[in-house]
Amino acid sequence: MPEMTNPDAGRDGPGDGVQIDLVSAARMDGLTSMEKVRLILDGVRDGKIVILEQGLSPDEESKLIEVTMSEINPDDFTGIEIETYPSSSARKGGLLGRLMGGSDDNKLTVIGPANQIETLHKDEDLISALVSRR
Amino acid sequence: MGVITEIRDSIFRATNRLFAGPEPKRIGIYGPPNAGKTTLANRIARDWTGDAVGPESHVPHETRRARRKENVEIERDGRTVTIDIVDTPGVTTKVDYEEFLDEMDEEDAIRRSREATEGVAEAMHWLREDVDGVIYVLDSTKDPISQVNTMLIGIIESRDLPVLIFANKTDLEEANVKRIADAYPQHEVVPLSALEGQNMDTVYDNVAEEFG
Repeated sequence: MPEMTNPDAGRDGPGDGVQIDLVSAARMDGLTSMEKVRLILDGVRDGKIVILEQGLSPDEESKLIEVTMSEINPDDFTGIEIETYPSSSARKGGLLGRLMGGSDDNKLTVIGPANQIETLHKDEDLISALVSRR
Repeated sequence: MGVITEIRDSIFRATNRLFAGPEPKRIGIYGPPNAGKTTLANRIARDWTGDAVGPESHVPHETRRARRKENVEIERDGRTVTIDIVDTPGVTTKVDYEEFLDEMDEEDAIRRSREATEGVAEAMHWLREDVDGVIYVLDSTKDPISQVNTMLIGIIESRDLPVLIFANKTDLEEANVKRIADAYPQHEVVPLSALEGQNMDTVYDNVAEEFG
């Protein structure tokens, strides 16, 4: 999946829009856990919506929450909104599910600034979100 | 200190270690903000030790530091299970101080939000490093399939930690325990009201069975 960006979006200024980065699995494969977290948070803190073709591992999700918390400040960053499907833990049987070949990483993941993205509806095969400009 | 005293103390310590039981398992109480984690921790601690763990509040993020209550001895069927319970701050991916402004002034709201973020990070660290099992508390009046719940239960499963899901607040009319059981069929779901003390015998049976 190619990475699609609009260089003029996600920036302050008249007529600015919302930039969406679609990040391929291949692009993420070469990164360490912290590099992935950094890529996501740098994008989100710039006001972008980051869509990962392949989601994060549980450990990486844990680090993402931890680093997000360390960066929240009252002036300009209130955290992230994150949605994935399928909801892996609900549909797979934990350890058994993983042994049977299920990978928690294979889940499309949408991440955005908490003050700009609101999930309207989510089920097993649809995420509907409202994205607003800053 | 004389050599004989040192030797005697060393033997005493070694003997104590030899005959001491296994270290109590640290059981983390996790869940989203306002699910009733501290109410549950206090209920368990009061039932078996007489002391509380921490203050409860309807305002989210009242618990902003992980608090451990050590050596909680739960007696079931003639045997005793000893655990440490760790009450953790509610996990979230966002904290906005403006949400607290109805309850406090801006300065206190900003301080609360800052402490809340530190608390969530601390809770994640405990989960990765320092707990042996998890009680995951959900408010049974709310939709259980939130992203935070899905992520946290995924993290717990990935670490192969034993876990019980507690469907709390069953004293409320809107409670829907089946919705939680349907969302997480791979786990034992125990209904309870920590506030009213409903179904606590079943809670303790499950805790002793899962973590004993």
